[in-house]
Amino acid sequence: MSENLTLPAQQGSTDGAPSTTETLLEVEGLTKHFPIYGGFPIKRKVGAVQAVDGVDLTVGVGESLGLVGESGCGKSTTGRLITRLLEPTGGRITYRGQDITHAKRKQLAPVRSEIQMIFQDPYSSLNPRQTVGSIIKSPMEVNGINPAGGREKKVRELLELVGLNPEHYNRFPHEFSGGQRQRIGVARALALNPKLIVADEPVSALDVSIQAQVINLLQKVQDELGIAFLFIAHDLAVVRHFSQRVAVMYLGKVVEVGDRESIYNRPRHPYTHALLSAVPEVRVDEEEQRERIRLSGDVPSPISPPSGCRFRTRCWKAQDKCATEEPPLVQISGNREGHLTACHFPEDPTTEARDEDVVLDPALKALEDSAGKE
Amino acid sequence: MTTLTKTEDSPAPTGPESFLSVRDLKVRFSTEDGIVKAVDGLSFDVERGKTLGIVGESGSGKSVTNLTILGLHNPRTTTIEGEIVLDGQELVTAAEKDLERLRGNKMAMIFQDPLTALSPYYTVGRQLSEPFMKHTGASKKEARDRAVQMLEKVGIPQPKTRFDDYPHQFSGGMRQRAMIAMALMCDPDLLIADEPTTALDVTVQAQILDLLKDLQQEFGSAIIFITHDLGVIANMADDLLVMYAGRAVERGSTKEVLGRPSHPYTWGLLSSMPRLDGDINEELTPIPGSPPSLLNPPTGCPFHPRCAYKDQVAGTLCTDSRPPLAPGRAAACHLTAEQKQTIFIDKIQPRLR
Repeated sequence: MSENLTLPAQQGSTDGAPSTTETLLEVEGLTKHFPIYGGFPIKRKVGAVQAVDGVDLTVGVGESLGLVGESGCGKSTTGRLITRLLEPTGGRITYRGQDITHAKRKQLAPVRSEIQMIFQDPYSSLNPRQTVGSIIKSPMEVNGINPAGGREKKVRELLELVGLNPEHYNRFPHEFSGGQRQRIGVARALALNPKLIVADEPVSALDVSIQAQVINLLQKVQDELGIAFLFIAHDLAVVRHFSQRVAVMYLGKVVEVGDRESIYNRPRHPYTHALLSAVPEVRVDEEEQRERIRLSGDVPSPISPPSGCRFRTRCWKAQDKCATEEPPLVQISGNREGHLTACHFPEDPTTEARDEDVVLDPALKALEDSAGKE
Repeated sequence: MTTLTKTEDSPAPTGPESFLSVRDLKVRFSTEDGIVKAVDGLSFDVERGKTLGIVGESGSGKSVTNLTILGLHNPRTTTIEGEIVLDGQELVTAAEKDLERLRGNKMAMIFQDPLTALSPYYTVGRQLSEPFMKHTGASKKEARDRAVQMLEKVGIPQPKTRFDDYPHQFSGGMRQRAMIAMALMCDPDLLIADEPTTALDVTVQAQILDLLKDLQQEFGSAIIFITHDLGVIANMADDLLVMYAGRAVERGSTKEVLGRPSHPYTWGLLSSMPRLDGDINEELTPIPGSPPSLLNPPTGCPFHPRCAYKDQVAGTLCTDSRPPLAPGRAAACHLTAEQKQTIFIDKIQPRLR
């Protein structure tokens, strides 16, 4: 069985200079509903958490696509569906022209080694009873890969690549700090020469001074090895730094996607505006003012998401049409190629301060109104 | 806003002295591995109605400092030296009974994770009213009215019915709002917010930060705001204290510290952070290495193993002697003022745009 699995660089290794337009991964209408069971005495399905509900994405060869959104918007689930750690409810995942949506274990085996994952928490994603060497080696063992010079040599090379001392081969994870552990996670993901890495919040568990180390490492890996990334994070500044294209998710749907410049400087979807305006920034000179938008409340429950546009319950521009008709993800006039927005009433493409702040939060509004009167 | 009379008689404020003053605070924990010097010689002041921001990485002692102010440490394993004076009252040597009278009344805390800080067993309303009844001797009815009023103030919809809900029925943002309401129940003079928005989403974080700012204007409390996020602190604090390995390394007004930082650690923090409007092609400059263990912190300046500028200091000053932090706007570093100025202008400022 292991013979047909040894596929480190199968089908036409395009290691040279891959054209950026080539699509590596294509996701269409990806859906994941987690069933909720209830009732007595016979439990039956009473509803579903619509974690991901019709997501379309493409990741080009060697490209980094950032996926941002608040907790519960389905970005991690999307990542896990793409790596097939979860079984999709619907939709299509195409990897290099091969449909892997419901591929069987055997069919998936060669693809699995090309799509790797980096997890968020470096403390729970490494087995405390295994040495660093065996953690990084095990993907190669599972896939029956025998690199030239032996697996141990490869592991040492990987350790060096991610900036760890190769002599630490026999150490255990607890002997490393958080940032070093995340480097071990990166080395493990690189062990199989992947084409795509799904990085699920790879730096959010780390300290500020360590974050930059890991971001730089990932950037180096991307540049040198030409690996495509699906970079899932909630920190908009980190995503902007790392990803050429960015998709913004809200409640299981992509609401806006485009190149970095478009999303950060010319956003059209109100949610993207709100998200950008909420990012706390180190700004001591208050020369150029950015817009200030304060939404009210939290993200609605994905068990019974709002009809039509899902953002309408927190949107200041919502009208009747938003409740009845779901806005399609399309290119709005005036937008660049590839900049798609799902909104009936898009905003102006600027992030500069508005004439009047949008403050939807009732408590904030009350406090600010009373302060203004005095 | 109803002003409620406090049960304890507060001594008249003695001149323009600071409201809370911490002097040379040392906190040590004895653990199996040895003695952890969590806080090592920390001094700061907070004025009434002002916000002091404390930034630092995990393990820099910022939370420990504030738990010590509230007297929430384990007395069996902790040794505390130094002075904490709140409005003329010494807290380090104060009896547990006196502290009890202050906690939740004159000083209150907002914790990081509202789900673990609220008891799942009691209704939100009960958790809000209880300290109020204890401290003011109010009746159940009065406490309920006050709690409902506070819940409304922090923006919980239908506060009358939400009063009887349990924490699990609240969303994350609402729980944090309830925590803020709880902290403000007794109209405290000092509010300690320990990473109050770290567990929240950005849009909710922005709401909570603005809410805290507006509430402070209304209540006039002093706030100690602890966070690791320089962006958050830039919007919140009047003064700033940068902590590293249990010590303050830089102090000053927020504008000064973030606009013209003068400690290598602060430089490192600022240049390792990606910005929304920064240059994309510019690589981030991380601080090398990792934070030191507090079991045996480095000798001399605790930052010297990670410092990129220590070779500019003559001799072995950095490894031998600990740089003092002068009062006022200062940085604890052996570099001379001119050196700092040149380094900042040549190397740091371009990166900060």
